[in-house]
Amino acid sequence: MKPFTQHQGLVAAMDRANVDTDQIIPKQFLKRIERTGFGEFLFWDWARLDDGTPDPEFELNHPAVQGASVLLARRNFGCGSSREHAPWSLEDYGFRVIVAPTFADIFYNNCFKNSMLPIRLPEAVVDDLFSRSAQHEGYELTVDLEAHTLSDAHGFTATFEVDPHRRHCLLNGLNDIGLTLQHEAKITAFEATQN
Amino acid sequence: MTSQPRTLFEKIWDQHVVHAEEGRQAILYIDLHLVHEVTSAQAFEGLRLEGRQVRRPERTVATADHNVPTSDRSLPILDPISKQQIDTLRTNCQEFGVTHYDLNDPRQGIVHVIGPELGYTQPGMTIVCGDSHTSTHGAFGALAFGIGTSEVEHVLATQTLLQDKPKTLELRVDGLLGSGVTAKDLILYLIGQITTEGGSGYAVEYTGETIRALSMENRMTVCNMSIEGGARAGMIAPDETTYDYLRGRQFAPSDYQSAVEAWRQLPTDDGAKYDKSLSFAASEIAPQVTWGTNPGLVTSVDDTVPKPDDFADATERRTAADALTYMGLRGGEAITDLKLDRVFIGSCTNARIEDLRAAAAVAKGRQVSSHVSAMVVPGSGLVKQQAEEEGLDRVFTEAGFDWREAGCSMCLAMNPDKLAPGERCASTSNRNFEGRQGKGGRTHLVSPAMAAAAAIEGRFVDIREWE
Repeated sequence: MKPFTQHQGLVAAMDRANVDTDQIIPKQFLKRIERTGFGEFLFWDWARLDDGTPDPEFELNHPAVQGASVLLARRNFGCGSSREHAPWSLEDYGFRVIVAPTFADIFYNNCFKNSMLPIRLPEAVVDDLFSRSAQHEGYELTVDLEAHTLSDAHGFTATFEVDPHRRHCLLNGLNDIGLTLQHEAKITAFEATQN
Repeated sequence: MTSQPRTLFEKIWDQHVVHAEEGRQAILYIDLHLVHEVTSAQAFEGLRLEGRQVRRPERTVATADHNVPTSDRSLPILDPISKQQIDTLRTNCQEFGVTHYDLNDPRQGIVHVIGPELGYTQPGMTIVCGDSHTSTHGAFGALAFGIGTSEVEHVLATQTLLQDKPKTLELRVDGLLGSGVTAKDLILYLIGQITTEGGSGYAVEYTGETIRALSMENRMTVCNMSIEGGARAGMIAPDETTYDYLRGRQFAPSDYQSAVEAWRQLPTDDGAKYDKSLSFAASEIAPQVTWGTNPGLVTSVDDTVPKPDDFADATERRTAADALTYMGLRGGEAITDLKLDRVFIGSCTNARIEDLRAAAAVAKGRQVSSHVSAMVVPGSGLVKQQAEEEGLDRVFTEAGFDWREAGCSMCLAMNPDKLAPGERCASTSNRNFEGRQGKGGRTHLVSPAMAAAAAIEGRFVDIREWE
């Protein structure tokens, strides 16, 4: 996994609550057996008109947010299915950071396994970020995971919380399985107590 | 020695922690790992790339369900990508020594139906699967939750999972459900009350006399939809109903009496504290019908579709307005005026034998409306077999329902069963998200009896008054 330490990037705002994983990556793309290449299918049903061409009204199709790597979202982002194809598609599309008031648990977990940082901030702060991104053309945010800060070039700074172990893994690009297997003797001992 | 009173969740959690240290997620041992074709291929590939084995193949059980056709099984699978995914699961299971219930096995079915049915699912276990409806197994007093594919790989390799300890939420329901009101109505009502993120960060325990009175099938329906209320896990303490259900099943413990004695220690102790408790009265619950595009957007069948202005919060207003547009509704319509094009009876929520009996009791001797196409998809090969022994298949087919092979089918429409754009469907499944049952399709979630009655009338009816 590639490490995540700092990131500065263009913000795309998605002003909808309860964005579910069926929208992020519709089921017709879950049949693939690879882990890569899902980016082009991101938000497929929302991003395309009936004839398959891009819908110019869709948030992520606006010319001003092309190349965005920070997604600003509303509460309960990523609810629904456990499909890791959702973070795979967001990551493959180019997102490294998602900011929202709340995330669905499984999706939140899945992001960390894919070098993506989901940041939870109070609703009022997220409201402020939505106004800022509407105000400033080409609005960017900067994340410093080491310092737990999110900031912009116009005086905004917020600190965020993230579980210390997950932070450590992201900062160092560590894979969970390797870490867990450092405790293999304990797993074996545990198994010996089971009938 | 006296110990602190503990909840059901805490007992199972404590029993499975392999390693815990401050500031880290716990390493939790996993007793049973259920695997299906859609979320496992990349995990097996990960093992292969690292030269790892499945640590405990005997604790791992696989079946294909999401993608499988529900038409004649003797015919080839037409979609080459679906076929490849199903074939890949078979090859992976052979290579890594994992038990696999293949399409031609009568025990194949939806993973959350076959786990309990075959007796794999047992009280006190930790159970995971790369599927959010794994919460279903909590009905047996197990700690069961959905995981992503990276975690599937982690469990395959280590038989453990890294977990934050969730908080506990008690959802208590007392009193008796009215006639025509089912477990599906109960859970839809609860989600409507707590919202789709009300359970986020919690392991839910359902308690109270209403829950105790439910059959195992009904308990599974309740726990199944815990995730739709944001909770990864939903559980119900085991009792005689649980022990009676499991007795004699193929993979139930051989020394059953000792197992039951151990399981009797699991229920929450008197005086144990939940982080949060909410109480509800069963008498308040009417048959439920969702009107929007998440399961929390739900109302009683005798009510009307709400209007955006009924919501105080700006985000909720926007959500309601978007949902109404997608659903082709204005707000203010009586639920019983909504006309249907399709009816789907199936899914890991409502495709067990009791669900099919409830639907068949409604359908018996009647005819599906001429403008409705209705299908029944049993949850497993064994459910299908039993239904056929009871003659339910004939009840359905004589009434004009299509009787299919087992699988997830039109719950998520990964296989050929799907809605056309604009079609309105009464569905016994668990998600009414946009496009869930087919792009542009409009899903209303209901109980099996309500779905069957809707198929016959061609619109929703209040099952309590319907003759």
